[in-house]
Amino acid sequence: MRRGQQMNQTHIPMSTVPTHSTPFAVNERGYYGQFGGSFIPEMLYPNVEELRQNYLEILYSPDFQEQYRQLLRDYVGRPTPLYLASRLSEALGAHIYLKREDLCHTGAHKVNNTVGQILLAQRLNKKKIIAETGAGQHGVATATVCALMGLECIVYMGAHDMERQKPNVERMKILGAEVRPATSGSQTLKDATNEAMRHWINNPQDTHYIIGSVVGPHPYPDMVARLQAIISEEIRLQLLEKTGSELPTHVVACVGGGSNAAGAFYHYLDEPSVKLVAVEAAGKGVSSGQSAATTALGKPGVLHGSQTLLMQTDDGQVVEPYSISAGLDYPGIGPLHAHLYASKRAQFIPVTDEAAMKAGIHLAKTEGIIPAIESAHALAALSELKLQPQDVVVVNLSGRGDKDLETYIRWGGY
Amino acid sequence: MPATATQNRLDQLFQQKQERILNVYFTAGYPQQGSTVPVLKALQKAGADIVEIGIPYSDPVADGPTIQASNQHALEGGMTMKRLFEQLKEIRNEVSLPLVLMGYFNPVLQYGVERFCQACAEVGIDGLILPDLPMYEYREVYQPIFQQYGLHNIFLISPQTSPERVREIDEHSSGFIYMVSSASITGARRDITDEQIRYFERINSMQLQRPRLIGFGISNRQTFEQACQHAQGAIIGSAFINLLGQSQDLEQDIIEFVSAIKGSDR
Ligand SMILES: Cc1ncc(COP(=O)(O)O)c(C=O)c1O
Repeated sequence: MRRGQQMNQTHIPMSTVPTHSTPFAVNERGYYGQFGGSFIPEMLYPNVEELRQNYLEILYSPDFQEQYRQLLRDYVGRPTPLYLASRLSEALGAHIYLKREDLCHTGAHKVNNTVGQILLAQRLNKKKIIAETGAGQHGVATATVCALMGLECIVYMGAHDMERQKPNVERMKILGAEVRPATSGSQTLKDATNEAMRHWINNPQDTHYIIGSVVGPHPYPDMVARLQAIISEEIRLQLLEKTGSELPTHVVACVGGGSNAAGAFYHYLDEPSVKLVAVEAAGKGVSSGQSAATTALGKPGVLHGSQTLLMQTDDGQVVEPYSISAGLDYPGIGPLHAHLYASKRAQFIPVTDEAAMKAGIHLAKTEGIIPAIESAHALAALSELKLQPQDVVVVNLSGRGDKDLETYIRWGGY
Repeated sequence: MPATATQNRLDQLFQQKQERILNVYFTAGYPQQGSTVPVLKALQKAGADIVEIGIPYSDPVADGPTIQASNQHALEGGMTMKRLFEQLKEIRNEVSLPLVLMGYFNPVLQYGVERFCQACAEVGIDGLILPDLPMYEYREVYQPIFQQYGLHNIFLISPQTSPERVREIDEHSSGFIYMVSSASITGARRDITDEQIRYFERINSMQLQRPRLIGFGISNRQTFEQACQHAQGAIIGSAFINLLGQSQDLEQDIIEFVSAIKGSDR
């Protein structure tokens, strides 16, 4: 097998790489079950192949780990707290813990990934960074680490999203990044991703593409999941300390591309007693025609380099999704999540704009935390879980609501 | 090689002709939904050697603005895979050129890979170019199906493709090799740089088994000639799409376009 041979040539010190050939680990061809792979034009092959051959060795080298962990601690502010939300627990009749990714520098979990990838890019001698962004959170997290490392940064953002998310556009510019509008297609996240890929085709030599979620061709989904896995690594330790057990009954996270969910699920994938709950944006309702609930509406397909579940027409044209939350407004999900769905390892729950906004406002009133609207989707799913008093539920609070203030104001009802 | 290789029009062409092969790309359903067949007929009349018919897609990641816009325009005009096969149903009564379908993998996957290949064989398609179906996936899963229906699968190489991989692609592709002229997405460019020439020469000296056609950035007589010095021919896409977009008289304009590129070689 050709891939296998190439794998062996990379001299990865396997003793240091946490691999597990479990049903939920990526295989060497980049597949999770039937999902994943690397569906890219030949022009991208050398870059993606370079990454594939090197990512594990780099990620688990002592020198990388030391720098990554140090930056997560001193710059990002990790570990983020695991907070027992007592008033919310009381309201819902179970023990609800919030994993406070909203307290990360730049306001969301996205920075765990960008810190890791910028260190990787340096080790691959890349001088320039490109990224795509929807809501602007990943763009800001990328611009931030580029400022930190003094690397040139170009962020593609749908022209339509630039209108919707002006403050984040300015944040990126203040941080020294160039924000380029994607004017093709529907001018949102999927088009920004297309433009970033085109840029990478045109600039193959010195540029690294920091993808913002567990999407894209192999090895991106696995690489981003490993960089976000710090979330569940911490949850296990923190939960042990607080409850005497590392295992909750449920882990709940919202899924746009699926990076915060992948991070929160990662160290629980092979713990069958832990229920994994992935929350999708139903927009105005799953069957309203204005939704981003990929597992409910999608079929297997190929987008942005991987085979996954995809919202598309019968003719295989990608459908433009809708959600009030720009971070969940993506027509696909990462291949790991497609596999978790198909294998029933995770339960997928769709949550409407309305339910999410209510849950966000409710958290603000009961706990004094204004969540990102993405994270509010995860909170809204709790009432659908038929929780028991003894249940221990960890909700990954992926981001804070500052970026969404305007949406909250327009929504009203508080 | 497909079992039916002897009948494949690409093979026939390459047996008869090893130089100055002109392959023209256009997007199905562009500029109008109904123009697919008229454009094909005009290209045959004009003296093109191969035609590459683009299957419109919402997210053509390897394409520049011109072809992106033609894809979007065709989709907005109601073009679908089903329509395309309907349009091509009688094409072999009128067009004898080798025909290649070029498209992204997802619409093919949705149509059903086997059903798609069968439909291609029925209308008389000779080869496929699916840039986001990589060699590995092709060989693992799809190769037997393509071969069963006598379809050549044409792979791309770029200046960044390593020599070992070029050899591997040469071994596993059939029909021809699509040589992407520079590290870039599609789009018309005026000149060919020295760096590109060095890449053309490097690949030329590898003595590959398959014929090579150079594409991306070939736009006019001069760039066509340059490409033909280092390969069996070249592929013109965006420049032709630009022409279609402006044309008032498709047949006349297509004939003039092709003869301007090929010069006296008709
Ligand atoms: C706060 C927050 N949560 C979640 C997401 C969704 O992304 P993912 O599913 O990759 O975690 C985003 C994306 O912008 C986000 O900003």
